[in-house]
Amino acid sequence: MSEADVHAYTVRLELVDEPGELLRALEPIADNGGNLLSIFHERGNVTPRGHIPVEVDLEATEPQFDTIVEALRRAGVNVIRAGAERYSEELTVVLVGHLVETDLSDTLREMQEAGGVSVADLSLSAPSDPAGASSARLRVVASEGRTAEALDAVRAVAAEKDLRVVEPLTEGSA
Amino acid sequence: MKLAVLGAGDVGGSVLELAGEYGHEVVAVADSTTAAVDEEGLDAAAVLSRKRNRGGVGSAEVEAALSADYDVLVEATPTTLGDAEPGFSHVRQALERDRHVVLANKGPVAERYADVRALEADSAGTVLFEAAVGGAIPVLSTIAGLEGQVTAARGVLNGTANFILSRMAAEGLGYEHVLAEAQDLGVAEPDPTFDVEGTDAALKCVILANVLFDDAYTLADAAVEGIADLPGSALELAAEDGRTIRLIGEVTDGTVRVGPRLVPEHGTLAVSGTLNIVQLDTTHAGRLNISGRGAGGAETASAVLADVGRLPGLE
Repeated sequence: MSEADVHAYTVRLELVDEPGELLRALEPIADNGGNLLSIFHERGNVTPRGHIPVEVDLEATEPQFDTIVEALRRAGVNVIRAGAERYSEELTVVLVGHLVETDLSDTLREMQEAGGVSVADLSLSAPSDPAGASSARLRVVASEGRTAEALDAVRAVAAEKDLRVVEPLTEGSA
Repeated sequence: MKLAVLGAGDVGGSVLELAGEYGHEVVAVADSTTAAVDEEGLDAAAVLSRKRNRGGVGSAEVEAALSADYDVLVEATPTTLGDAEPGFSHVRQALERDRHVVLANKGPVAERYADVRALEADSAGTVLFEAAVGGAIPVLSTIAGLEGQVTAARGVLNGTANFILSRMAAEGLGYEHVLAEAQDLGVAEPDPTFDVEGTDAALKCVILANVLFDDAYTLADAAVEGIADLPGSALELAAEDGRTIRLIGEVTDGTVRVGPRLVPEHGTLAVSGTLNIVQLDTTHAGRLNISGRGAGGAETASAVLADVGRLPGLE
């Protein structure tokens, strides 16, 4: 798949509790060029209609995403909510450096305060050697068309704290 | 065509060995201090064996190779920054004698592109440099074949950095460990700075920018960040999210940028090992991807000899 023009989408599905249902629901995503990021299969949780809710995060271009939703519906998969996040855009960055020593929560606060940016999700991996660099993966949500600004804000805060930013290959290449 | 090969390392040596297969003959060869010249054509095996056993390719001065009666000067001396010497002077001498030049050396076309083009404009000779970008991959001839339709280029242009990142991701090993392993395997140089700091990839991107935007970019115009000391945890976190990290060079909207970037783990640009890949955006033809070996003596020599085959006749 292409790296440019790709956005992250969340699709919420309702599946009948039968063997093979999940696979059947995922096939149209892969078949139409979507890149599956995560699947949250809430088996313990049943909807009032007795179905199992599944939340799928995927990456696709906008035309691919439209095709995927259409294909899901055509396959009889109940799509509850498709691309509710469509008018916001997500991007993932990895920060590297002395994240803890430079006050990670302050780093995140500064990014949020820079405007148009909210950090939706964070995973931190600290080294066993305290002198070593740690890494954090951030999922950043920006309003539509504002990812470039969001990335600028991340870069500015990181530069101030002497952190390296591994950026996604999406910005500027659309 | 009669070739004079400047530089007798992996690439120059392979050009010497393979030229005959392509219907050319090498009449002169030089390393940094010595030269061998024979207007009847040199014996590749004899020259290379002398270099291995006695040091030096022959008993003549380097100047003798430069003034030999050749049609094409093949510049395969090591890439240097700034004034790009001695490669640039070799190019100048050949063009002033109305001879063709084929470069594997990135220096002259990355650091002094305007000077090279000015010399070419006053010469009957032509300058080609396919081997300087992406080794065996026909990047520049593809761009030329697309008749000005290519709007942007990006990709993995350094095999050493790609080897290190893909090993780190696959084995969960640290940077220093994988670098040492790469050095043992001969994939990384004893001094890996040029590769791991992104300089080599940036020079290739600068050359791409010069060709795509018909301008005179130099290394100073590129934003360059390397992969040195990237912790393994950064690759682990990327992998948890279906991504990986590659040293990506980008030439787009008039800018040149090289740095570690997140790409989909199984995406087109996430090539493994020492492979290179170049992705071209075009106006009418969509996106093209070409991958292959970005380095190696025979691989790079094949690009040099393909260029020799594209040259127009002299006179």
